[in-house]
Amino acid sequence: MIKLLKNKFEQGYRTSGYPKTPVELPPRYRGLPAIHQDAPGEMADKCEKACPQRAIDAKTRRIDMGRCVFCGECERISEGSFVSFTRNFGISASCREHLLTDGTLPSLAEHAKAHFRKLFGRSLQLRQVSAGGCNACEADLNVLATPFFDLSRFGINFVASPRHADGIVVTGPISRNMKTALLETYNAVPAPKVVIAAGSCAISGGPFFGSPEVSEGLESILPVDLFIPGCPPHPLTHLHALLTFFK
Amino acid sequence: MKIKFITIKNGEAVPRNRIPHLAFDDFRNDALTIVGSGGNVVQFFVYPDTGGSLKMLAVLRSGNSLLTAGCDAPEIWPSFTAVHPPFNLFEREIAEQFGITPDKHPWLKMVRYHANYRGADDVFGNDYTQDIPGNYPYYAVKGEEIHEVAVGPVHAGVIEPGHFRFNCIGERVLHLEIQLGYQHRGVEQLLLNAPPLRFPIIGEGIAGDTAIGHSLCMAQAMEALSGIVPDPGARIVRTIALELERIANHIGDLGALSGDVAFLPVANYCGRMRGDFLNMSLLMCGNRFGKGLIRSGGVRFSPTNEDRGILSRRIKELKPQVEHTIDLLFSASSVRARFEGCGPVPTEDARKLGLVGPAGRGSGLSYDVRRCFPTEHYDRLDIPENLETGCDVYARARVRADEVLQSINMIQSLLRFPVETSCVQPNGFSMAPSSFTVTVNEAWRGEVSHAVLTDEEGKLLRYKIKDPSFHNWNALAMALRDTGISDFPLNNKSFNLSYCGVDL
Ligand code: SF4
Ligand code: SF4
Repeated sequence: MIKLLKNKFEQGYRTSGYPKTPVELPPRYRGLPAIHQDAPGEMADKCEKACPQRAIDAKTRRIDMGRCVFCGECERISEGSFVSFTRNFGISASCREHLLTDGTLPSLAEHAKAHFRKLFGRSLQLRQVSAGGCNACEADLNVLATPFFDLSRFGINFVASPRHADGIVVTGPISRNMKTALLETYNAVPAPKVVIAAGSCAISGGPFFGSPEVSEGLESILPVDLFIPGCPPHPLTHLHALLTFFK
Repeated sequence: MKIKFITIKNGEAVPRNRIPHLAFDDFRNDALTIVGSGGNVVQFFVYPDTGGSLKMLAVLRSGNSLLTAGCDAPEIWPSFTAVHPPFNLFEREIAEQFGITPDKHPWLKMVRYHANYRGADDVFGNDYTQDIPGNYPYYAVKGEEIHEVAVGPVHAGVIEPGHFRFNCIGERVLHLEIQLGYQHRGVEQLLLNAPPLRFPIIGEGIAGDTAIGHSLCMAQAMEALSGIVPDPGARIVRTIALELERIANHIGDLGALSGDVAFLPVANYCGRMRGDFLNMSLLMCGNRFGKGLIRSGGVRFSPTNEDRGILSRRIKELKPQVEHTIDLLFSASSVRARFEGCGPVPTEDARKLGLVGPAGRGSGLSYDVRRCFPTEHYDRLDIPENLETGCDVYARARVRADEVLQSINMIQSLLRFPVETSCVQPNGFSMAPSSFTVTVNEAWRGEVSHAVLTDEEGKLLRYKIKDPSFHNWNALAMALRDTGISDFPLNNKSFNLSYCGVDL
């Protein structure tokens, strides 16, 4: 018992003040890219060629954050002259096209669907479906339940049964072998329901694009309401997306 | 009888013509002899040679040696598994990938459920119009009062998909069958067709919780084949990264184990502290899982002196908290009562199955790649032999807790001096033609290995990936035998095996 108390004292209170107090991520964290529209054309071309994810369009000077894995290669090659990553972790969007960014992002709050807010603003129960992928997306969704993020204080929970859920959060590129299970889970959620694609895999196939064993993204299978980019998205990106979209 | 396999060093590139090409019978006899006398399988796979003919290649380990040889792959061959079970999944994988058959394999079932690579007749009689698992004869127990419990692919938590089938009598599990394949993304084939600039991104996506372990194997393989030598600073950074990955995962699992026996303080403390270690990776490279850090030739980020200071300070602050939390966990009688004696995998069984990593060490097998085949900075570190002989959940948890504390010490000693490395630049590299290399590293679950073959033009001919879970899933099934079904979550977490690492 003494040990218990000692540990409790040593551990202290750890829950983050976010969103009331801002949180700063370390300098190397790569969030919303700043794309320097005045950079020389060759540099943009060079970055386009070097992008492992084919996420850069040198002509329109845009990065598809749905394909991007935030590896930072473009920033390194251009030494920040074409792309430099900001620490802004609020990078989610309510439609796929918004993720094709020129460095700006339409406000998620303004594009959030009002009826979802009304329905789920006070209580949101989500069923997570892991469909291919590398399990890091799942891991950083899971941490939302740890004391630091403490998701349930916002009335949001991950539940075991789709029957108890208001929607699904899908991770992974939807492998051929998970498609049916995903659809069955989706169908088991009572309507009206939300569909969230979390991670570059679920949005575009991610690192696995082009493999015949995976899809080119969740939207080719189900209507998606919320896209959360990243490989994996930082837990704060998840939290920002859920709070901005539903609260 | 003299063994015809030759030794090969970890991360050494050898011309393919130096690998002995044996008659099948000699290959099989030697392989069985090596594994039968205390060795284990590191890699065993088939590849189509440039002419189109199928070849087998094995890398086995025996003591501190890696041994390799190859042979022509027969259409049908007397199964190795029938003699020594460590070949089990390897032979099934070969059958699935190339449509050739290990005869009298005792458990010949699909591994990942996909059509074979050469359009040959399907060994399992599937045409893939049906959903997974197709023709899959689950083990069945018959008799009065016998019942089956089927769980998954979609599980109750935020976890990966897989199907578990319990054969029970009352609450007691007679056998658990684990059927995977849901996470199959076709990684090995994708690598053959993708441009090299995608390799590291794909490598980091093999198993996200082992992103460092797998990308290290990949980088070392590419370095061996292209003759690039990373500088000593890079080796230190990579060693720190691999140990951080180990700590984060072990702490997370200790917390999960504690949660499963309803000891919530430790569950919460561990959940939080795991995050603190992930955040150290975030500080080092901008990603909590270390993605983007390791590339062929070295690392992309080097810790500045300021980073070193921050990391050292955080570790200094966390170390006593970790120690005290672990002490709290193992001294709680309610925890010990549940951990002790739960899910035993006796040493003899562990050896027969060929377990690796903490799963093996908890069952009395001391093998640790960091000691036997050290890479990076490990030859200069003192890696203790983490042996527990309890063979139960307690032993597996204890091994992990000890490793957490050792890894913290290692990182502290590595952070003591400035690290200098010139970060790798993204320039292309060319791989030696007609060569072979195999790399092994001790990731947190155990031995990860990549094996790479190049063709006459220096292009990838075969990229073979093995996650440690490939050796260990059957251990979970063994642990569950004659155990109450309600102890499944506890046992599962004591191993915490990878689905995506196996499904590829
Ligand atoms: S950070 Fe994104 S856009 Fe830049 S190279 Fe990497 S994947 Fe491409
Ligand atoms: S998006 Fe990245 S982190 Fe998420 S599952 Fe895919 S590969 Fe893993």
